[in-house]
Amino acid sequence: MHTFNLDMEHITKIEGDASISVKVENDKVTDVKFRTIEYKRFFTEAMRGKSVMAIPAHLSRICGTCSNAHIMAAIEACEDALGLQPSEQTEVLRALTMHGLIVRDHALHLYLFSLPDIYGKDSFLDFDESDPDQHQMLHDGFAIKAAGNFLATLIAGRSVHATYPMIGGFLHFPDKVGIDEAVKKLEEIRPAVLRIIQKFKDQPFHFDRKTHYMGLVPDGNFGYIKGFVKTSTGKVYNEKEYHHLLHHVVLPYSQASAYDYEGESYLVGSLARINIAKEKLHPKTKESIPEVLALFPSTDIFHNNLAQAIEILHSVDEAVDILTTRIFTPEPLKKAPNRDAVGIGVVEAPRGTLYHKVVLGADGVIKEGEVIVPTGQNQINIEQDIGRLIDGLIANGVEREKMPFEMEKLIRAYDPCMSCASHFLKVEWK
Amino acid sequence: MAPNKKIAIGWFSFSCCEDSTIVFSELLNDHWKEWKELFDFRHVKVLKSNNIMDAFDIAFIEGAIASPEHVERIKDIRSRTKKLVAIGACAVTGLPAGQRNNFTKEQKERIAFLVERFGALPEVKTVAQVVQVDASVPGCPMDEKKFLEAVTALVTELRPELAQPSPAHA
Repeated sequence: MHTFNLDMEHITKIEGDASISVKVENDKVTDVKFRTIEYKRFFTEAMRGKSVMAIPAHLSRICGTCSNAHIMAAIEACEDALGLQPSEQTEVLRALTMHGLIVRDHALHLYLFSLPDIYGKDSFLDFDESDPDQHQMLHDGFAIKAAGNFLATLIAGRSVHATYPMIGGFLHFPDKVGIDEAVKKLEEIRPAVLRIIQKFKDQPFHFDRKTHYMGLVPDGNFGYIKGFVKTSTGKVYNEKEYHHLLHHVVLPYSQASAYDYEGESYLVGSLARINIAKEKLHPKTKESIPEVLALFPSTDIFHNNLAQAIEILHSVDEAVDILTTRIFTPEPLKKAPNRDAVGIGVVEAPRGTLYHKVVLGADGVIKEGEVIVPTGQNQINIEQDIGRLIDGLIANGVEREKMPFEMEKLIRAYDPCMSCASHFLKVEWK
Repeated sequence: MAPNKKIAIGWFSFSCCEDSTIVFSELLNDHWKEWKELFDFRHVKVLKSNNIMDAFDIAFIEGAIASPEHVERIKDIRSRTKKLVAIGACAVTGLPAGQRNNFTKEQKERIAFLVERFGALPEVKTVAQVVQVDASVPGCPMDEKKFLEAVTALVTELRPELAQPSPAHA
């Protein structure tokens, strides 16, 4: 019988800084703590006293990689408070902004963070260019990232902290040259996306544990901005009801918050979205990978990587469809008078459901706000999975030295974002 | 031991949203081949697990300094590197990571227990307030062009023989 602690500081190849500690007593895991070690930057407190117009750019700075998702959620919350209905074209441009983000962000996670584990390499840059398969992966990875980056830049001005999307519309509209170039790049990477889907379908890692999951399901096509929150138990919630849906859990050891659903842990992100809404994927996506989609719904957390790869394909197909069939015409920003109101914005960020809330005053100044990020919702699930993983490894006689890598791999599959996770403790928490 | 021919770089994130890390990862789309030859990525947490904390030619520092532990760490990095570059708004201006410095009295009172509980500094600092900075790349996120210019200038200074072709014009 063994009693020991496993501690990992500064987990690598994830967004932001996290650590994990596991306590094992007599061959049983008795405690798991997954912590963000980022210092709080107090974004929600800093919302107080700011003009409503400044909120999207402000909340964007919560996170580098998901910044454009924070902008979309914040705009939705502010428009909800103002009673402002965006134009149909604005909604399409926002959808395209999210497609650019999904392609770029998922490709970063799949190629730079997760793929090296499959190949037994320390870094994506260590891939051997003289090996045809590894050479292909290197070129595919950077080409997909670049195409997503190009799309985000064309539509939103930048792929990080976008400058064109505003409350009420967009400041700039894509031109024909840019649209043609984006379509060309997206069509060029489609075979590479199919290759990475195959790669993650065939990857050797599996960790299955039945758990709840939930995500925003749109009325129409698979997407990331509109819809109702649907759970794996089949319940459907209006996004404004999130306070009844999610229960806040205090983590005294972390600078982050956690949430549960009906007293149990749940997961959000690509895996949840594909599980809940795979029928709504683009017809071309469904046609190309029927045998892959047959694997879902799944609770194998390593299928989160596969689900991300599927979402890249959907976003490519959807974006090409939109860009080749629509004409974009400049339109002015819609405006509405300030009023006393609460606004809620919910979007599917790359890592899962993201909630923003603003309390607006009649003077146009924000009284208070709230942000709930995906990683906070996955927190309890991650800890429970790590406990189960280590128990299983001990039972199978795996040496202790091999355990940290196994933990890191599983955490990476969740694609946590610690930059996001660190800021949202409720103030009454003591 | 033979001298390391490549330029040893480290990329370190302090209090920030890591947006410049993302911009750096996007710059790799166009520059990865050339940078693989030019740089020894000694400590780049976003790219690899086996990070080595020894001596660096260039250390890129993203983020503001928010805790005593950050102060120790940045001093340690400074002692190991020939050149230190502050990257992005939080490192260069301290904002927005240090927005609590400018909070009202009421706001400061509301967050005081959290600042104290996790042992953060009373005031968030810029990198230059703690250690000597050799170059700065401002922007939120960092300005790509200015980053490439800074890299070219440092490569030219540290290893003139490696400076052709320059990263900015490859």
